[in-house]
Amino acid sequence: MIKVAVVGLGKMGISHLAMIRAHPAVSVVAVIDPAGYVLDVLGKYTGLATYKDLTRALEDVDIDAVIVATPTRLHASIVRQAIDRGIAVFCEKPLTLSAVESEELAAYALDRGAVTQVGYHNRFVGAFREVKRLLETGAIGRVTHYHAEAYGPVVLRSRGATWRSQRAEGGGSLYDYAAHPLDLLAWYAGPAESVGGTVLGRIFSESTEDEVYATIRYPAGVHAQLSVNWSDESFRKMTTRMTVTGTAGRIYADRQEIQVYRRETAPAVDGYDAGWTVRYTTELTEPVRFYLRGEEYSAQLDAFVARVHEGAIRGLNDFSSAAVTDRTLELLTRDAAGEKVEGTAVIAPRRRGLRRRK
Amino acid sequence: MTMPARAHVMKRVLLGDNQFFGVNHMSEEKARAQAMRFQGIDAVMEVIDTAYDTGITTFMCTTHDRVADVVERVRADADRYAGFTFYPGMPYAHKYADAVTESGMLGAVRRFLPEGGLLDAAVRGGRSLARKDVEGLITLLVDAEMAMFRGLDTPVVWLQNVVVDMLIGLRFTDAFAIFARHVRSRYGAEPGFITMNLPAALDTLEDAGVENPIVCSNINKIGFRMSGGIEAYQRVLETRSFRAVAMSVFASGAIPPREALEWIFAQPRIESIVFGASSAAHIRGTKALVDELAPVSD
Repeated sequence: MIKVAVVGLGKMGISHLAMIRAHPAVSVVAVIDPAGYVLDVLGKYTGLATYKDLTRALEDVDIDAVIVATPTRLHASIVRQAIDRGIAVFCEKPLTLSAVESEELAAYALDRGAVTQVGYHNRFVGAFREVKRLLETGAIGRVTHYHAEAYGPVVLRSRGATWRSQRAEGGGSLYDYAAHPLDLLAWYAGPAESVGGTVLGRIFSESTEDEVYATIRYPAGVHAQLSVNWSDESFRKMTTRMTVTGTAGRIYADRQEIQVYRRETAPAVDGYDAGWTVRYTTELTEPVRFYLRGEEYSAQLDAFVARVHEGAIRGLNDFSSAAVTDRTLELLTRDAAGEKVEGTAVIAPRRRGLRRRK
Repeated sequence: MTMPARAHVMKRVLLGDNQFFGVNHMSEEKARAQAMRFQGIDAVMEVIDTAYDTGITTFMCTTHDRVADVVERVRADADRYAGFTFYPGMPYAHKYADAVTESGMLGAVRRFLPEGGLLDAAVRGGRSLARKDVEGLITLLVDAEMAMFRGLDTPVVWLQNVVVDMLIGLRFTDAFAIFARHVRSRYGAEPGFITMNLPAALDTLEDAGVENPIVCSNINKIGFRMSGGIEAYQRVLETRSFRAVAMSVFASGAIPPREALEWIFAQPRIESIVFGASSAAHIRGTKALVDELAPVSD
């Protein structure tokens, strides 16, 4: 049995808790949240061991792995405590609010041999995985452009009382929404070289952005456009889309399906002829052991549990990979603020000793 | 747990409502086209009328705001819709999820509790929140969602899959017993449970003491979204005591209708199928196939 603790009982924390508690190889040994209400209800009705304080829990119980689903601002210190004690970490996205801090955490985790993963669940969506597979086989020739989008109906009027409406806490549509298509871009195109024309626009929110638009440049002249709006009521729920243009075709993908157009010049790929090929989630999605909200959420936790079991330090969505996404998030923030951001050299990773940092 | 004097007999075919609200598991484009087509209530009623005239008189629906419009039409023309029944499913999950993002967990619950004029509900709600008493909260939220169906026939009341499956995962077993008790005593209805994890749901409902429950889940020949695997589903269909309602029978169109229905009615314990048709041809075709493959004997 892998002994798991869950920190943070908001929307994502409860959802992770339900999925991980249903895992046959996992025993949930502690749930931790400083705000007592949900914690007390769970303690009263589900028999879970509840703690208001992480340090207490770490002293009290033996923990192999922790799921961190607190507001983003709190991630770094919790993650560091866990790694210090040799505990594997699954952390919600984004990893931290600072590219340097994410890179340092990633380096520290590697140093200490910690198994880490960040909750970029789109990499576990069948259609987006198929995009990755096709790009690796060169199915649409040389890629020239990506169009990465996310839309949804989160903030539709001027109010909001949770941390998600506070930028300093890690709220806002850049961290909450744009992080997802940006992470897919990082997966497909690698680290960004530079960003430009970033708009962090407000529609309804007072202390954070509701829309994000930007041009992102990658090595070898590859570029991407990012288009994100979480104040769009025409979408029933969050929708993430990726369009990839190449010299020999074009790929469109969302959670449900992948539509591929391949020119006669495209190299042979099994199952994809020239012209259009459409494949749906029904055939692209691997079944899961326990389903809640989407296969990808269970699949990412199952992958994490398997990695903890095997002690696999490198793996899909590990901290190093999430740090690449966090770097782009920071480039966008700085570009929108009018700072000159040319490439990663501006904020090159510094390998300071983590323990010296406060 | 007390059972109603006579168990409600479900029709073989139930009309679902996903198609009316832009839900399509296959394609976002298709979902949007449907959302456009059904944005007027007349277009929705046209499908419901076709279904009713074909003999499909049960509407298994969410508590989406627009279902209230359907309810009003049916209420206003009792003769036209004689024998029409609603199987409401609650809560409408996206409504709550977005509210949680905006107002936090507690704020969201507060927002959906009945307010204004309902002194009893307000007192019950406040007291329940203060005492962390989920029985009070669950029954209040059910009452809030059921308000729109007042005076209409709702012989089955569903708990939606996101909530069912979350409670299963959390092992919040008491909630199922509370829901079942309240639906039976206050509404004289059978509690139903929608789940994407049928084998796990049956275990939890047994632990909760809910006997012979009505359970709706994906059941289809290709095993689409049958979590735990198609063999585990077939095993519980053979061995467990429950009343099965099958959804995603056609796996979003991945299985041809006759093949899908032949397979489904070869499985034991399937009392009904629920499907979300939007064309008259699909409704009539499906109903005719069901009548041919699984004639109702009583």
